[in-house]
Amino acid sequence: MSLGRRDFMKTLGLVSATLTFGKAKAEQHKNNVEFHGILYDSTRCIGCQSCEFACAEVHNLPEPEDMPEAGVVRKTSEHSRIVINAFDTTKGEVYARQSCMHCNQPACDAACLTQAMHKTEEGPVIWRGDKCMGCRYCMVSCPFEIPKFEYHSANPKIEKCTMCYERIEEGKLPACVENCPAEALMFGTRRELLKEARKRIVENPDLYYDHIYGEQEAGGTGLLCLSPVPFNELGFKTNLQNSSYPELSKGFLYSVPSVFVLWPALLLGIHEATKNNNLKEEENE
Amino acid sequence: MSNTAVYPVSVNNNGKSIWSFLRSEMKPKGKIFTPFNIISFPIMILGLVLIVIRFWKGIGSITNLTQEVPWGLWIGFDVVTGVAFAGGAYVLTFMVYILNMKKYHSLVKVTVLNGFLAYLFYAGALLLDLGRPWHVINPIIGNNFGTSSVLFLVAWHFLLYMIAELIEFSPTIAEWLGARRARKILSSMTLAAVIFGITLSTLHQSGLGALFLMAKEKIHPLWYSEFIPILFFVSSIFAGLSMVIFEGSITNRVFSNQLTEKSHKEHDRILHGLAKICAGTMFAYFFLKVLVFIHGQHWNLINTGYGYWYLLEMIGFVLLPMMLFFYSYRKNNITMIKIASILTLLGIILNRLNISVIGFKWDAAVHYVPSWMEIAVTLAVIFTEIWIFRWVIRRMPVLRESPSWVNEEK
Ligand code: SF4
Ligand code: SF4
Repeated sequence: MSLGRRDFMKTLGLVSATLTFGKAKAEQHKNNVEFHGILYDSTRCIGCQSCEFACAEVHNLPEPEDMPEAGVVRKTSEHSRIVINAFDTTKGEVYARQSCMHCNQPACDAACLTQAMHKTEEGPVIWRGDKCMGCRYCMVSCPFEIPKFEYHSANPKIEKCTMCYERIEEGKLPACVENCPAEALMFGTRRELLKEARKRIVENPDLYYDHIYGEQEAGGTGLLCLSPVPFNELGFKTNLQNSSYPELSKGFLYSVPSVFVLWPALLLGIHEATKNNNLKEEENE
Repeated sequence: MSNTAVYPVSVNNNGKSIWSFLRSEMKPKGKIFTPFNIISFPIMILGLVLIVIRFWKGIGSITNLTQEVPWGLWIGFDVVTGVAFAGGAYVLTFMVYILNMKKYHSLVKVTVLNGFLAYLFYAGALLLDLGRPWHVINPIIGNNFGTSSVLFLVAWHFLLYMIAELIEFSPTIAEWLGARRARKILSSMTLAAVIFGITLSTLHQSGLGALFLMAKEKIHPLWYSEFIPILFFVSSIFAGLSMVIFEGSITNRVFSNQLTEKSHKEHDRILHGLAKICAGTMFAYFFLKVLVFIHGQHWNLINTGYGYWYLLEMIGFVLLPMMLFFYSYRKNNITMIKIASILTLLGIILNRLNISVIGFKWDAAVHYVPSWMEIAVTLAVIFTEIWIFRWVIRRMPVLRESPSWVNEEK
C-alpha cells in the first residue's frame, strides 16, 4: 500500500469532518427574535373565503372556484395555498382552515437538502426557488402533507403558505389575517397567541373544545387552531406525534460521524489481521 | 492474452495512437441483430422520447405521481431497490480485501463494474425525477448545505461511492489501454478506496431506509419502524450477493468465450460459498424482522389484506429462499442456489416497494400505480446499462484474465 496508513487516516478524517452531516439543527433563535404565528379560531370563521381570495391575489394564484361544502374535502394544491372546508359536526356546520402549520421544527426544513425549505427566525417557513432542486423529499416528510408540486410544468415550483413572509418583513400582516372580516385570524408571536387561545377557552368553556391544535402537535406549530368540537371532526390529523418529526431521523444522523471514524479503523485492523492467512483460504468455506 | 496485443498507451504501440485505438474500440463487436438487441433498442428509443417529453412538459406528463405520493417507481425501484441490488460490490470487496477470502477474487472486477454502472444509471435516474435538476449543483458546491437532511447524506455518498468504485475498477481500464505506470498507481489505491467505499455503503444503504423515517404516519405500520435503516443495511448484504449470483449465471453464459475452463468450475464453488453467506445474513434479517414485528405489536393487522401481503413477503420471499439457500448449500445444488437468488431478489423488490410506494399512503383514497411510461423509462435505463456493461466486458479484461504483463510486473 503506497498510501501510508497515517496519511490515509488523515485524509479520511478531513473528508469526514467536512461530510459528517450529522449536525442537528439547533433552534434558530438568533437576535432574540421570537417565532411568530397565526391563531385560527374556527368558532369565529364564517367560511367566507376572504382569506383564500386574498392569498390568491397576493401570490398570483388563480382565484378559488369552488366553495366550502360539508362532505367535500377541498385540499390545498399547486394552485391554492390555503383552503377553508366545511364539516358537519356534532355542533352543526363548522369551518376549518387547512394550510401550512409553520412547525417549530419543520420536517420539510430538515428534509430539504438544499435549504430551500427554510424556517426563518421570525417563524414563517418559506420556500426558496433559487435553491430547490425539486426532489419532493419535503412532501414525503411533511406530516401535514402541505408542500405541493407543479407536476405539469417544465420549471416546477413547490407551492405552500409562507405566512406572507415578504409582507411581514415590510411590517404588514399576512394577507389572510388582514382580510378576515370575522376576526377569526390573528397574527402575533407564538407566545402571545397561546396566551390568547388559552384565555378564550377559559372564558368560554362551553364554546370551545379544550385543546389548542398546534400547541403540542409535531413538536408545536406556528399556526394554532381552536375549535368547538374535537379536532378529528374537522379533518385535522389527530394521529400525529407530539415530538418533532426531525427527531425521528436524528438518531441515524448522529450515528454517522462515529461510523465514519470507527469503520475505517476497524476495517483496516481486520485487513491487517487477516493479511497473512492466505494459507487458510479453505477455511472460509 | 498474446504478447502481440497492441496497446495504445504503451511505448511499443506500433504507431497506433490512442484516438485510433479508441475509435476502433467504439465499433460494435458481436452480432447486431440478437433477440436482446431487437427488444431493447426500441425501448431505449422510446425511453429517450419520453424523457424529452418529461423535460418539456413536466414530470406529471408521463408519470402518475400525485401530491400525496410524490415518489413513485423511479425512486422506489430505480434508486431504492437498484442501490440495494448494487450492494454486492461492497460486500465482495469486504470479503476479498478486508477478510482476505481470496476464493472470491475472480468475481470482484465484474461486480465492481456492475456496482459502478448501477449507481451511475439508477442513481442517475434520480435526475429524471428532480423537478429542478439544474439546482442539483446546490447541495454539492456547498452554497446550500442541508446538513440535517438524510437525503443530503445519501446524495453525497452516492457521488463519493461512485468515485471509490471507479478507483477500484480503474486498474482494469489501465490494463485495457496498456497503461502500465498508471495501472501500478491506480491499483495501489485500491485498498483505500475499498475501505472508504465500505464505510460509505454502510451509511447510505441504511440511509436509504432512514429517508423514510419522517414519513411515520404515511407508511403502513407493518413496514414502518425506527429500525428501517438497520433492516435496509442487513438486507442489502444478501440482496447484493443474490444479484451477484443471478448476474453471474447470466454473464457466464452470455460471455462464456471470455472464460477459461478453470474459471467455469471455480464459479460453481464460489456460488456455493455465497449461498452460505446469503443464508446466514437472511437468517439474521428474518430474526430482526420478527423482533421488529413483535416490538411493534401489530398482531391485529395481520388479518387484513396488507397483513397477508406482509406475510407473503416474509414467508414466500425471505423465509423460503433462506431455506433454499441452506438446503442447496448442503446438497451443493447450483440450480437451486440460482432459484433461491431470484426469489430473494423478488423479495427485495417487494420490500423496498412496500415501504416506498405500495405501503406509502396506504390509506389514501386513490392509489398510485405507475404509468406505462414510467415503466418504459425504467426499462430503458436498465437496458442502456446492460449495453454499456456489454461494451465494457467485450473490451476490457473484466471476465477474462488480465494481460500477461500485469503478472510479469508483480
Ligand atoms: S406543515 Fe409541513 S410544510 Fe408546513 S412547516 Fe410543517 S412540515 Fe413544513
Ligand atoms: S423539493 Fe425543493 S424544497 Fe422540497 S426538499 Fe427538495 S429541494 Fe427542498
